[in-house]
Amino acid sequence: VSAAEKYVAAAYGVVFVFVLVWVAIIAAKLARLEREAAELAELARARRPEA
Amino acid sequence: MAAAIVMIFLVAPEDADQGLSQKIFYFHVPIALTAYAGFGLGAWKALRVLWTRGERYDLESYSAIHQGTIFGALTLITGAIWAKASWGVWWTWSSNQLVLFLVLFLFYCAYFMLRFSLEPGPRRERISAVYALFGVALIPVSFFAIRLANDFIHPTVFTREGPQMTGTMFTAFCVAWAAILMLAYLMYRVELAGKRTDAYLRDLREALTA
Repeated sequence: VSAAEKYVAAAYGVVFVFVLVWVAIIAAKLARLEREAAELAELARARRPEA
Repeated sequence: MAAAIVMIFLVAPEDADQGLSQKIFYFHVPIALTAYAGFGLGAWKALRVLWTRGERYDLESYSAIHQGTIFGALTLITGAIWAKASWGVWWTWSSNQLVLFLVLFLFYCAYFMLRFSLEPGPRRERISAVYALFGVALIPVSFFAIRLANDFIHPTVFTREGPQMTGTMFTAFCVAWAAILMLAYLMYRVELAGKRTDAYLRDLREALTA
Protein backbone atom coordinates (compact mmCIF):
# COMPACT_ATOMS: atom_id res chain seq x y z
CA VAL A 1 0.00 0.00 0.00
CA SER A 2 1.48 3.35 -1.07
CA ALA A 3 1.62 6.45 1.14
CA ALA A 4 -0.97 8.21 -1.06
CA GLU A 5 -3.38 5.29 -0.68
CA LYS A 6 -2.97 5.46 3.12
CA TYR A 7 -3.73 9.19 3.18
CA VAL A 8 -6.79 8.83 0.93
CA ALA A 9 -8.09 5.94 3.08
CA ALA A 10 -7.47 8.01 6.23
CA ALA A 11 -9.34 11.06 4.86
CA TYR A 12 -12.39 9.06 3.77
CA GLY A 13 -12.20 6.93 6.94
CA VAL A 14 -12.36 10.03 9.16
CA VAL A 15 -15.56 11.17 7.44
CA PHE A 16 -17.06 7.68 7.81
CA VAL A 17 -16.13 7.50 11.51
CA PHE A 18 -17.59 10.99 12.16
CA VAL A 19 -20.90 10.00 10.58
CA LEU A 20 -20.88 6.70 12.49
CA VAL A 21 -20.28 8.51 15.82
CA TRP A 22 -23.07 10.97 14.98
CA VAL A 23 -25.46 8.07 14.26
CA ALA A 24 -24.50 6.45 17.59
CA ILE A 25 -25.12 9.71 19.48
CA ILE A 26 -28.51 10.18 17.79
CA ALA A 27 -29.43 6.55 18.52
CA ALA A 28 -28.60 7.07 22.23
CA LYS A 29 -30.65 10.28 22.26
CA LEU A 30 -33.59 8.54 20.58
CA ALA A 31 -33.48 5.78 23.21
CA ARG A 32 -33.54 8.43 25.97
CA LEU A 33 -36.49 10.24 24.36
CA GLU A 34 -38.36 6.93 24.04
CA ARG A 35 -37.74 6.21 27.75
CA GLU A 36 -38.91 9.70 28.76
CA ALA A 37 -42.04 9.44 26.56
CA ALA A 38 -42.87 6.07 28.17
CA GLU A 39 -42.46 7.60 31.67
CA LEU A 40 -44.75 10.50 30.75
CA ALA A 41 -47.35 8.14 29.28
CA GLU A 42 -47.26 6.19 32.56
CA LEU A 43 -47.62 9.44 34.51
CA ALA A 44 -50.58 10.52 32.36
CA ARG A 45 -52.27 7.12 32.83
CA ALA A 46 -51.82 7.36 36.61
CA ARG A 47 -53.37 10.83 36.69
CA ARG A 48 -56.39 9.87 34.58
CA PRO A 49 -59.51 9.53 36.77
CA GLU A 50 -61.02 6.06 36.88
CA ALA A 51 -63.91 5.70 34.40
CA MET B 1 -23.25 8.93 -1.53
CA ALA B 2 -22.64 5.57 -3.23
CA ALA B 3 -22.84 7.30 -6.62
CA ALA B 4 -20.30 9.87 -5.43
CA ILE B 5 -17.86 7.14 -4.29
CA VAL B 6 -18.21 5.34 -7.63
CA MET B 7 -17.68 8.60 -9.55
CA ILE B 8 -14.64 9.56 -7.47
CA PHE B 9 -12.81 6.24 -7.54
CA LEU B 10 -13.97 4.56 -10.75
CA VAL B 11 -14.92 7.32 -13.19
CA ALA B 12 -12.86 10.45 -12.43
CA PRO B 13 -9.31 10.21 -13.80
CA GLU B 14 -6.28 10.42 -11.54
CA ASP B 15 -4.74 13.91 -11.34
CA ALA B 16 -1.56 14.21 -13.43
CA ASP B 17 0.18 16.40 -10.84
CA GLN B 18 -0.91 15.07 -7.43
CA GLY B 19 -1.83 11.50 -8.33
CA LEU B 20 -4.12 9.51 -6.05
CA SER B 21 -3.98 11.95 -3.12
CA GLN B 22 -6.01 14.45 -5.21
CA LYS B 23 -9.03 12.17 -4.60
CA ILE B 24 -9.27 13.81 -1.14
CA PHE B 25 -10.35 16.99 -2.98
CA TYR B 26 -13.73 15.42 -3.86
CA PHE B 27 -14.68 15.18 -0.18
CA HIS B 28 -12.60 17.95 1.37
CA VAL B 29 -13.92 20.85 -0.76
CA PRO B 30 -17.64 19.83 -0.67
CA ILE B 31 -17.35 19.38 3.12
CA ALA B 32 -15.84 22.87 3.44
CA LEU B 33 -18.58 24.39 1.24
CA THR B 34 -21.20 22.53 3.29
CA ALA B 35 -19.70 23.96 6.49
CA TYR B 36 -20.08 27.45 4.98
CA ALA B 37 -23.69 26.56 4.05
CA GLY B 38 -24.37 25.45 7.64
CA PHE B 39 -22.98 28.69 9.06
CA GLY B 40 -24.87 30.69 6.42
CA LEU B 41 -28.15 28.92 7.21
CA GLY B 42 -27.51 29.48 10.93
CA ALA B 43 -27.05 33.20 10.29
CA TRP B 44 -30.21 33.38 8.16
CA LYS B 45 -32.21 31.69 10.94
CA ALA B 46 -30.56 34.03 13.47
CA LEU B 47 -31.79 36.98 11.41
CA ARG B 48 -35.30 35.47 11.57
CA VAL B 49 -34.93 35.21 15.38
CA LEU B 50 -34.19 38.92 15.62
CA TRP B 51 -36.81 39.82 13.02
CA THR B 52 -39.76 37.74 14.26
CA ARG B 53 -38.70 36.85 17.84
CA GLY B 54 -39.67 33.30 16.87
CA GLU B 55 -38.40 30.69 19.33
CA ARG B 56 -38.34 27.95 16.69
CA TYR B 57 -35.79 29.89 14.61
CA ASP B 58 -33.40 29.92 17.56
CA LEU B 59 -33.37 26.12 17.62
CA GLU B 60 -32.99 26.01 13.82
CA SER B 61 -30.10 28.49 13.94
CA TYR B 62 -28.39 26.47 16.68
CA SER B 63 -28.81 23.17 14.79
CA ALA B 64 -27.50 24.66 11.52
CA ILE B 65 -24.43 26.11 13.28
CA HIS B 66 -23.88 22.76 14.99
CA GLN B 67 -23.85 21.03 11.58
CA GLY B 68 -21.54 23.74 10.23
CA THR B 69 -19.14 23.12 13.11
CA ILE B 70 -19.17 19.33 12.58
CA PHE B 71 -18.40 19.82 8.88
CA GLY B 72 -15.86 22.51 9.77
CA ALA B 73 -13.99 20.03 11.98
CA LEU B 74 -14.08 17.50 9.13
CA THR B 75 -12.72 20.16 6.73
CA LEU B 76 -9.76 20.81 9.02
CA ILE B 77 -9.02 17.10 9.51
CA THR B 78 -9.35 16.07 5.84
CA GLY B 79 -7.42 19.22 4.85
CA ALA B 80 -4.58 18.34 7.22
CA ILE B 81 -4.39 14.82 5.76
CA TRP B 82 -4.37 16.21 2.21
CA ALA B 83 -1.71 18.77 3.18
CA LYS B 84 0.49 15.99 4.58
CA ALA B 85 0.06 13.97 1.39
CA SER B 86 0.70 16.93 -0.96
CA TRP B 87 3.01 19.33 0.90
CA GLY B 88 4.58 17.00 3.47
CA VAL B 89 3.23 18.97 6.45
CA TRP B 90 -0.02 18.65 8.44
CA TRP B 91 -0.47 22.40 8.75
CA THR B 92 1.11 25.64 7.56
CA TRP B 93 0.50 29.03 9.13
CA SER B 94 1.60 30.81 5.95
CA SER B 95 -1.62 29.90 4.09
CA ASN B 96 -4.30 32.55 4.65
CA GLN B 97 -7.04 30.16 3.54
CA LEU B 98 -6.14 27.66 6.27
CA VAL B 99 -5.70 30.22 9.03
CA LEU B 100 -8.93 32.06 8.18
CA PHE B 101 -10.90 28.83 8.10
CA LEU B 102 -9.46 27.94 11.51
CA VAL B 103 -10.49 31.39 12.82
CA LEU B 104 -14.01 30.87 11.43
CA PHE B 105 -14.20 27.41 13.03
CA LEU B 106 -12.98 28.65 16.43
CA PHE B 107 -15.39 31.59 16.24
CA TYR B 108 -18.31 29.17 15.91
CA CYS B 109 -16.88 26.90 18.64
CA ALA B 110 -17.07 29.96 20.91
CA TYR B 111 -20.75 30.33 19.88
CA PHE B 112 -21.52 27.17 21.89
CA MET B 113 -19.57 28.43 24.91
CA LEU B 114 -21.52 31.70 24.78
CA ARG B 115 -24.86 29.95 24.30
CA PHE B 116 -24.43 27.50 27.16
CA SER B 117 -23.14 30.17 29.53
CA LEU B 118 -26.52 31.95 29.35
CA GLU B 119 -29.85 30.99 30.90
CA PRO B 120 -32.38 29.70 28.32
CA GLY B 121 -34.86 32.37 27.28
CA PRO B 122 -35.32 35.37 24.99
CA ARG B 123 -32.04 37.00 26.13
CA ARG B 124 -30.01 33.93 25.15
CA GLU B 125 -31.85 33.72 21.83
CA ARG B 126 -31.06 37.35 20.98
CA ILE B 127 -27.39 37.24 22.04
CA SER B 128 -26.80 33.94 20.20
CA ALA B 129 -28.48 35.36 17.08
CA VAL B 130 -26.34 38.51 17.09
CA TYR B 131 -23.17 36.41 17.53
CA ALA B 132 -24.18 34.08 14.67
CA LEU B 133 -24.74 37.11 12.42
CA PHE B 134 -21.30 38.51 13.23
CA GLY B 135 -19.73 35.17 12.27
CA VAL B 136 -21.29 35.09 8.84
CA ALA B 137 -19.15 38.11 7.88
CA LEU B 138 -16.10 35.84 8.16
CA ILE B 139 -17.41 33.42 5.49
CA PRO B 140 -16.71 35.57 2.39
CA VAL B 141 -13.40 36.67 3.94
CA SER B 142 -12.40 33.03 4.38
CA PHE B 143 -13.72 32.05 0.94
CA PHE B 144 -12.04 34.83 -1.02
CA ALA B 145 -8.87 35.07 1.08
CA ILE B 146 -6.97 32.80 -1.26
CA ARG B 147 -7.77 35.03 -4.24
CA LEU B 148 -7.16 38.31 -2.45
CA ALA B 149 -3.83 37.38 -0.87
CA ASN B 150 -2.16 35.54 -3.79
CA ASP B 151 -1.76 32.43 -1.69
CA PHE B 152 0.58 30.14 -3.62
CA ILE B 153 0.41 27.23 -1.18
CA HIS B 154 -3.27 26.41 -1.17
CA PRO B 155 -4.39 25.51 -4.72
CA THR B 156 -7.11 27.57 -6.46
CA VAL B 157 -9.28 25.22 -8.49
CA PHE B 158 -12.23 27.52 -9.17
CA THR B 159 -11.12 30.66 -11.00
CA ARG B 160 -12.91 33.30 -13.11
CA GLU B 161 -12.20 31.11 -16.15
CA GLY B 162 -14.16 28.26 -14.54
CA PRO B 163 -13.11 25.04 -12.79
CA GLN B 164 -9.51 24.03 -13.52
CA MET B 165 -10.25 20.34 -14.05
CA THR B 166 -11.63 17.97 -16.65
CA GLY B 167 -15.37 17.56 -17.23
CA THR B 168 -15.45 14.13 -15.55
CA MET B 169 -13.59 15.46 -12.53
CA PHE B 170 -16.04 18.36 -12.26
CA THR B 171 -19.02 16.00 -12.55
CA ALA B 172 -17.57 13.80 -9.78
CA PHE B 173 -17.07 16.92 -7.66
CA CYS B 174 -20.70 18.05 -8.22
CA VAL B 175 -22.08 14.58 -7.37
CA ALA B 176 -19.92 14.46 -4.20
CA TRP B 177 -21.06 17.97 -3.20
CA ALA B 178 -24.74 17.05 -3.72
CA ALA B 179 -24.23 13.91 -1.60
CA ILE B 180 -22.50 15.82 1.22
CA LEU B 181 -25.15 18.57 1.15
CA MET B 182 -27.93 15.97 1.36
CA LEU B 183 -26.16 14.23 4.23
CA ALA B 184 -25.77 17.55 6.08
CA TYR B 185 -29.43 18.48 5.50
CA LEU B 186 -30.55 15.04 6.73
CA MET B 187 -28.39 15.42 9.85
CA TYR B 188 -29.81 18.91 10.39
CA ARG B 189 -33.43 17.70 10.15
CA VAL B 190 -32.84 14.69 12.42
CA GLU B 191 -31.04 16.81 15.03
CA LEU B 192 -33.76 19.46 14.88
CA ALA B 193 -36.53 16.83 15.28
CA GLY B 194 -34.67 15.38 18.30
CA LYS B 195 -34.29 18.79 19.94
CA ARG B 196 -37.94 19.72 19.31
CA THR B 197 -39.14 16.38 20.72
CA ASP B 198 -36.93 17.00 23.75
CA ALA B 199 -38.57 20.41 24.27
CA TYR B 200 -42.11 18.99 23.83
CA LEU B 201 -41.41 16.26 26.39
CA ARG B 202 -40.06 18.84 28.83
CA ASP B 203 -43.23 20.93 28.46
CA LEU B 204 -45.38 17.83 28.84
CA ARG B 205 -43.53 16.80 32.01
CA GLU B 206 -44.04 20.26 33.49
CA ALA B 207 -47.76 20.15 32.63
CA LEU B 208 -48.23 16.68 34.12
CA THR B 209 -46.28 17.32 37.31
CA ALA B 210 -47.77 20.79 37.95
